[in-house]
Amino acid sequence: MFEIISNDILAENLHKLVVSAPRIARARKAGQFVMVRLAEGEERIPLTIGDADAAAGTISLFIQAIGASTRRIVDTPAGGFIRDVAGPLGKETHIANWGRVVCVGGGVGTAVLFPLVKALAEAGNQITTIIGGRSSRYIILADELTPLSETFLVTTEDGSLGYKGFVTGPLSEILADPERIPQAVFAVGPVPMMRAVAEMTRPQGIETIVSLNPIMIDGTGMCGGCRVQIGTETKFACVDGPEFDAHLVDFDGLGDRLTSYRQNEAEAVRHAAEDCKLAKEAAL
Amino acid sequence: MTNKISAKDRMAIERTAMPELPAEVRSRNFEEVNLGLSYQQALDEARRCLQCKNRACVAGCPVGVSIPEFIDALASEDLPRAAQVLRGDNALPAVCGRVCPQETQCEALCVRGVKGESVAIGYLERYVADWAMRHPDLLLTEAAPAATGKSVAVVGCGPAGLTAAGELARKGHKVTIFEALHDTGGVLRYGIPEFRLPKEIIDREVAVLSRLGVAIECNVIIGKTLTISELSSEFDAVFIANGAGLPTMLNIPGENLKGVYAANEFLTRVNLMEAGRREDCNTPIIKSREVAVIGGGNTAMDCVRTARRLGAERAMIVYRRSEAEMPARVEEIKHAKEEGVEFVMLTAPLAIIGNDQRWVSGLRCQRMELGPPDESGRRKPSPVPGSEFELSAGVVINAVGTSANPLLTATAPDLALNKWGNIVASETGETSIPGVFAGGDIVRGGATVILAMGDGKSAAAAIDEYLKRK
Ligand SMILES: Cc1cc2nc3c(=O)[nH]c(=O)nc-3n(C[C@H](O)[C@H](O)[C@H](O)COP(=O)(O)OP(=O)(O)OC[C@H]3O[C@@H](n4cnc5c(N)ncnc54)[C@H](O)[C@@H]3O)c2cc1C
Ligand SMILES: Cc1cc2nc3c(=O)[nH]c(=O)nc-3n(C[C@H](O)[C@H](O)[C@H](O)COP(=O)(O)OP(=O)(O)OC[C@H]3O[C@@H](n4cnc5c(N)ncnc54)[C@H](O)[C@@H]3O)c2cc1C
Ligand code: SF4
Ligand code: SF4
Ligand code: FES
Repeated sequence: MFEIISNDILAENLHKLVVSAPRIARARKAGQFVMVRLAEGEERIPLTIGDADAAAGTISLFIQAIGASTRRIVDTPAGGFIRDVAGPLGKETHIANWGRVVCVGGGVGTAVLFPLVKALAEAGNQITTIIGGRSSRYIILADELTPLSETFLVTTEDGSLGYKGFVTGPLSEILADPERIPQAVFAVGPVPMMRAVAEMTRPQGIETIVSLNPIMIDGTGMCGGCRVQIGTETKFACVDGPEFDAHLVDFDGLGDRLTSYRQNEAEAVRHAAEDCKLAKEAAL
Repeated sequence: MTNKISAKDRMAIERTAMPELPAEVRSRNFEEVNLGLSYQQALDEARRCLQCKNRACVAGCPVGVSIPEFIDALASEDLPRAAQVLRGDNALPAVCGRVCPQETQCEALCVRGVKGESVAIGYLERYVADWAMRHPDLLLTEAAPAATGKSVAVVGCGPAGLTAAGELARKGHKVTIFEALHDTGGVLRYGIPEFRLPKEIIDREVAVLSRLGVAIECNVIIGKTLTISELSSEFDAVFIANGAGLPTMLNIPGENLKGVYAANEFLTRVNLMEAGRREDCNTPIIKSREVAVIGGGNTAMDCVRTARRLGAERAMIVYRRSEAEMPARVEEIKHAKEEGVEFVMLTAPLAIIGNDQRWVSGLRCQRMELGPPDESGRRKPSPVPGSEFELSAGVVINAVGTSANPLLTATAPDLALNKWGNIVASETGETSIPGVFAGGDIVRGGATVILAMGDGKSAAAAIDEYLKRK
């Protein structure tokens, strides 16, 4: 049993949970995740370790409540328990001093991006962070990311904060400016956003790394459910990733496999709306 | 006593048939198919045993269970003794009685099988083990061992790890099992379905270990949460039994379509996560009226029979050799047939085909014919030219095999591996690192429960020796 030390609401449907997990807190590296099962009968779901405090024996999880499992987790108050937390899983981010780096986060991808930005900043990179959301209410971790970034940009679809539009807007300006062109780009977010970023950096051959989010069961390479096509190879995102060279990822396949369990009518409706929005974003 | 029965009378008794749930009932639920023998049936079957001096059957059992001795105790109606004999040789008799491929092991060498039917050793083993579980109060109690003050870490809670833990605890060592998943049993829980091996049996075996003082820590992934070198410095010895859980991909087109599962994923969803089996379960599973399972081993049989229970009207085994070459236990093949599973033999998949939504719609196949035996002694299949055809299917399950998972070994550079990634270990489990032992599927590649247990037992003995020297 893993105790929830605190449970704070950061934005609509976005919670930060601090969970007691001393061994994981000690072992984890940036880019790794845990498999979480709230209680008997619940799903096992992957969640990025947003931050960790080895001395306190705690890890932080940033959770976007999008479906049954995430909702029930964020509904568990501080003092409550998560039955199973296993990790840290996945490969750690390859951190180097690239020089100029652009980090792009969309939606809950921002939470996954946060530990990367932290590690990249510690390695001495000059970081431009671009965070996108539907409106100002969905912009998360701005206070945490600002001090780590040389330039911190926000985009909202309704223009309620920062640039009006998508993250791809400011990114294309940066890519077009020889003074600001980065040596590496990290992008985490919805599949269409990551695909769009990959296409934008491909012509210039800028190293681009994405963190993929396929459906996972065990997270240890045992089931093969998280397989993704990377170039000509099939990889298991839980052990070979979750980070991959964006220019080799089969985003169509990934996006498609993520819909495997979208049978329920209500879900289908909600996703239709979301896909429409994402498709617009991808078209940019 | 049994010796009152003449050999002729023993020979006259016919092999007892295992009572089963009717196929039409069981192919729609997950209840255990084999109901177990009645007391009278067990006694009759036990009396068929000739108590051979040369104990041919024992040589067929990988752990050398004292077969005539436990059967004699049963025939003499001394069940506590029968249970004690069995326990002395086999830590998980209730499991082995159910899942050992007896027809190629103990029963294959039984002298009664030469002219007629062999003694049903597996049924009897199960009978005695189930009796022992129901009558813990009547069992001959073991004296608690004196604590040695030595500690051992066991990696993996499958049959090899469970066996080693029990043996070591009985010698007075402090044992901690680390298990990556959230529950115990390894393949026994996440792989082998409830209709062959009720989970209650694993729970009871685990409870026995807990009473012996074994600590079990789930959600600890060795190689990730803790490393082998951390275990080595914290414990006096380490036994690695993390299995061979890495699915082999088919590497044919269409493998990433929706509705294509590797057997491990399909079985884990249904067995471990209880998808499709309980109302309040949140783990989904894709169901289809037509399911094709590729492979011919126990895993393939478990998948196809599970698919049938989830509602498939047409559940098919697609196998590239013929039924005679299938590695699955004969009982599973028989049960699958009774449950309406179709056997599409001498057929190899060429591609998985999908519809425009990228959902599986079928399997493109090719007929095969058998040539002369290959290195493995099995007749080698080769394609029949121009024999391509399509099978319609909404779910395709790949059950062609598993290999060693590198998750743990990748973080233990001093651990010697063979070219397939299996840990190199001696007969008694010694690896290239002093004080670190290994056994079960991680050493052998996908093998059997009884071989994994045998490894756990011999490694425990070697660890005990090592700890005495240390
Ligand atoms: C390596 C990794 C790290 C992740 N880190 C985080 C994190 O830090 N914070 C966070 O909030 N989420 C994270 N996710 C995503 C999270 O695991 C999913 O949101 C969660 O599994 C959905 O479960 P649910 O029951 O709430 O929703 P469901 O009802 O299962 O799903 C709702 C909808 O989301 C889609 N979906 C299902 N699984 C995923 C998935 N893995 N990714 C995207 N969409 C999915 C489904 O198609 C479904 O229609 C991560 C995923 C991966 C693979
Ligand atoms: C579907 C199926 C059906 C089968 N049917 C039969 C049958 O009828 N008869 C028969 O004799 N054999 C059968 N087998 C084979 C048999 O189950 C295996 O040979 C046996 O379980 C191997 O035992 P093991 O202890 O070596 O490993 P496993 O049973 O695989 O257990 C290994 C355990 O280690 C855990 N683990 C893995 N990595 C780590 C890590 N890094 N850290 C901590 N823990 C870890 C795993 O989660 C697992 O619990 C079947 C196998 C399958 C898959
Ligand atoms: S353990 Fe298996 S092989 Fe050995 S006697 Fe029992 S059933 Fe037969
Ligand atoms: S070989 Fe058969 S008959 Fe002889 S002792 Fe063994 S089980 Fe009994
Ligand atoms: S989640 Fe099972 S192999 Fe990656």
